[in-house]
Amino acid sequence: MTFLIQQTMLYAVPLMIVALAGVFAERSGIINLALEGIMIFGAFIGVLFVRGMQSFDVFTEAARQGSWLTLQGLELLAMLVSAIMGAVFSLLLSFASINLRADQTIGGTALNLMAPALVLFLVRILANQNTLMMSTGDAASWFMIKKSTFGIDRKTDIGFLGETFLNKVYLATYICILIFIILSVILYKTRFGLRLRACGENPQAADSLGINVYKMRYAGTTISGALAGMGGFVYSLTTANCTANGDVAGFGFLALAVMIFGNWKPGNIAAASLLFGLFKCVAAAYSSIDINGDGVYLLAELGISSHLYRMLPYLVTLAVLAFTSKKSRAPKAEGIPYDKGSR
Amino acid sequence: MKEAFWTIYEKEGTKKVLASLISILVGLLVGVIIVVIVGLCKDTITGQGIWDGIRLIFAGVLCTGRDAAGSLTFGYNPQTLGNMLFRATPLIMTGLSIAVAYKTGLFNIGAPGQYLMGTMASLMIALGIPSEAVPTQLIWLLAFLGGIALGALWGAVPGALKAFLNINEVLACIMTNWLAANIVTWAFDVSNFKNLVENTKAGYIYKTSFNGVQTAKLGLDQIFPGSQVNGGILVAILFAAAMYILMNKTTLGYQLKACGSNRHAARYAGINDKGSIILSMAIAGGLAGGGAALYWLSGNTEFYWSTYQSLPAAGFNGIPVALLAISNPIGVIFTAVFMAMLDIVGQQLTGFTAYNEYITDVIISVIVYLSAFSLVIRMMLPGRKKAASAGSAPDSQPRDNAQKGDEQA
Repeated sequence: MTFLIQQTMLYAVPLMIVALAGVFAERSGIINLALEGIMIFGAFIGVLFVRGMQSFDVFTEAARQGSWLTLQGLELLAMLVSAIMGAVFSLLLSFASINLRADQTIGGTALNLMAPALVLFLVRILANQNTLMMSTGDAASWFMIKKSTFGIDRKTDIGFLGETFLNKVYLATYICILIFIILSVILYKTRFGLRLRACGENPQAADSLGINVYKMRYAGTTISGALAGMGGFVYSLTTANCTANGDVAGFGFLALAVMIFGNWKPGNIAAASLLFGLFKCVAAAYSSIDINGDGVYLLAELGISSHLYRMLPYLVTLAVLAFTSKKSRAPKAEGIPYDKGSR
Repeated sequence: MKEAFWTIYEKEGTKKVLASLISILVGLLVGVIIVVIVGLCKDTITGQGIWDGIRLIFAGVLCTGRDAAGSLTFGYNPQTLGNMLFRATPLIMTGLSIAVAYKTGLFNIGAPGQYLMGTMASLMIALGIPSEAVPTQLIWLLAFLGGIALGALWGAVPGALKAFLNINEVLACIMTNWLAANIVTWAFDVSNFKNLVENTKAGYIYKTSFNGVQTAKLGLDQIFPGSQVNGGILVAILFAAAMYILMNKTTLGYQLKACGSNRHAARYAGINDKGSIILSMAIAGGLAGGGAALYWLSGNTEFYWSTYQSLPAAGFNGIPVALLAISNPIGVIFTAVFMAMLDIVGQQLTGFTAYNEYITDVIISVIVYLSAFSLVIRMMLPGRKKAASAGSAPDSQPRDNAQKGDEQA
C-alpha cells in the first residue's frame, strides 16, 4: 500500500502541476499544446544544471557527508532554473500566438517538435549518447529524503504515515503541491486571477475595462511555461532518475486530458490527476504492486498481458473524455487570437 | 514584361509559395546558426568541421564522400538521390493525409498511429499469405490495400469520437497514436513474424522479400543504381493527383471542405456533417496507412516491432510536409521530397561530421513554427506601391475563426 501511494504520487504530482500550467494558458485564452515540448525542455535544463553544479566541490562534498540541506537547496535551485527556462521557451509560443496571431495548434506542435530535436541534438553532442545523466551518483542518493536524512535508523518503523510520506520521497513533490495550492488561490481570489480569466472568456469586454489583454495572455502563457518546465524536471527527477532523453512519454498530452477532465478547475484537476497517476503507476509497475501487503502481487498474477496495462492510461483518457466532453466548459475565447479591431 | 512579372507576383498562389520558401530559408539559416554556435562552444569541432556542417546542410544530398585529402566532395550521387525519393514516398502519403484533413478543418496529428496500423496490416498480409499458393503481385496488392484499410479504420476512430461525442480530434488522435503503438507491439509480440533466422536482427520483423513480396522497381533502379528507390514513389504521386481531383473537382470534396469551414452551415445545406467528419478522417487515415505499406513492402526495410515507447517520425513529418505545401496535394509532392532531402542531410551530417541528424529535426520544427504564421509573412511581402490598395483587400482576412468554436471539446 505504501508503495502504491508513493508511486501514484510520483506520477500524479507532475501531472497536476502541468495540468495547472495548461489551465493558466487556456484561462487567458491561449491553447498551450506545447506542454509536452516545454516539459522535455525543462527536464533537459534541470538535469543539465544539476550536472553542471556537480562539478563544484561544495556539492560533491555535501553529497559525501550527507549534508542534506545543501542538496535539497540544489534540487530547489534546479527546479527554479528549469522553470525560468521553461518560461523563456514558452515565449516562442506567446510571441507567435499573441503578437503574430498564429494558429496556436500549429505553433504548439512546432514547439513539441522542436524541444526533443534540440534536446537530443545537444545531449548527443554533450554526452555522446542519447541520454543525459548526472555526472556522479543518482537521484536517489543525492536528492531522495530517507529515514537516515532525519537521523533515524533504517530499520525503525515510523508508522504508516511516516513510512509513506517521509521515507523515500522527494522534497520536489511537496513543493509542487504547495505551488499548486498557492497558484489556485491566485487564480480565483486575486484581482490578477480574475483579470486573467476574463481575458479567456471575453477579451473584448476585458479590454473595454482597461485590461491589457496582450499582457494578461503573456502572463498566462509564461506562468504556464514556467510550471510545465518545472513539472518536466520534477518528472525526470522523480520517475526517470534525473536523466533527460528528449522524451516524457506523452505526459504533457495526458496533462491536457486531465485539464479537460478537470473542467479547467484546479480542485477537479487535483482529483483527476490522482486518478490518472494511479493508472500510470499501474501501467509502469503493475508487477510489483502489493495492494494489501500479503506478499501476493495480484495484478501480475491475473495473467493479463503487460501490453494491456500499458494501454490503460490512454484508454481511460479516451473513455473519460467521451463521458465528460459533452458538458465540459472550455474558456470561451480560447484559441482565438485577440484582435482589437474585431467585434 | 515587367507588367507580366507583377501579375504573377500579385497572385495569391505565388505569395503562398514565396512564404513557404522564406520559411524554408529561415529554417535552414537557424540550422546554420546552431551549427556555428555549437561548433564555437565545443573545442573538438574545428573551423573546417563547422564549414563542412554548413555545406552539408545545404547540399548534403549531393555529397559523394571524402576524397583522399579528407575534404568533402560534391557531385551527382545516384545513391543518395534515389534514397531521397524512396524516403519521400511515405512522406508524400502522410503529408497528403494531414493536408486532406486540414482542408476539411481537422488537424490529423494521428498520422503516426495510422501509419503504424498500416504497417501492421501490410506486413502481416505480406508475410502471412503463402507465396507458393498466391502470386506475389497479388499479395503485394492485398497488403497495400490492407494497409490502407486498417489505416482508414484507425483514422475513423478519432473522427467518430469528434463527430458524435465532440472530443477534440487533436487529443483523441494523440491517445489513439499511443494505443496504436501498444497494439502493434502486442500483435507482433504474439505473432510468428519475428525474425529468428538472423541473430543480428533480434527485435525485427522479416523483410517482406522473405516471402518474395516487394515493390516493382519499374526501371528506377537503372536511373539511381545502388539506392532503395522503387515504383512506390510513382504510386504516391498518383495518389497526390487523385487527392487533388477529389478535393478540387468533385462534389464529395466540396462537401468535405464545406463541413470543415462551418459544420453547422454545412448541415443547414443538407450535408451529413457527422458522416463527413468521419469520412475525412478515414481518408486521411487510409493515406497514412498506405504510406506505411509503400515503405515496408519495398522488400528491403525491416520493422523494429517493440515500438510501444516511440511513434514513427514519418507520421509526424507529414505535418511540416502538409503545412509547407499549404495543404495543396500537388505541392505535397515537392515538400515531401524536400523533407526527405533533409533526412539524407541528417545522415550525411552524422556520417561525416561531429554533428548529428537531430539538427534536421530542429530545422523542420523551425519551419513548422514559421508556417504557423505564414499569413503574416505573406502580408509582409513587399507589394507593388501603386496597387497596394487593390492587392491586400480580399486576402487579408485571418484564418476563419468560426470553426474554432466547436473544435474545443
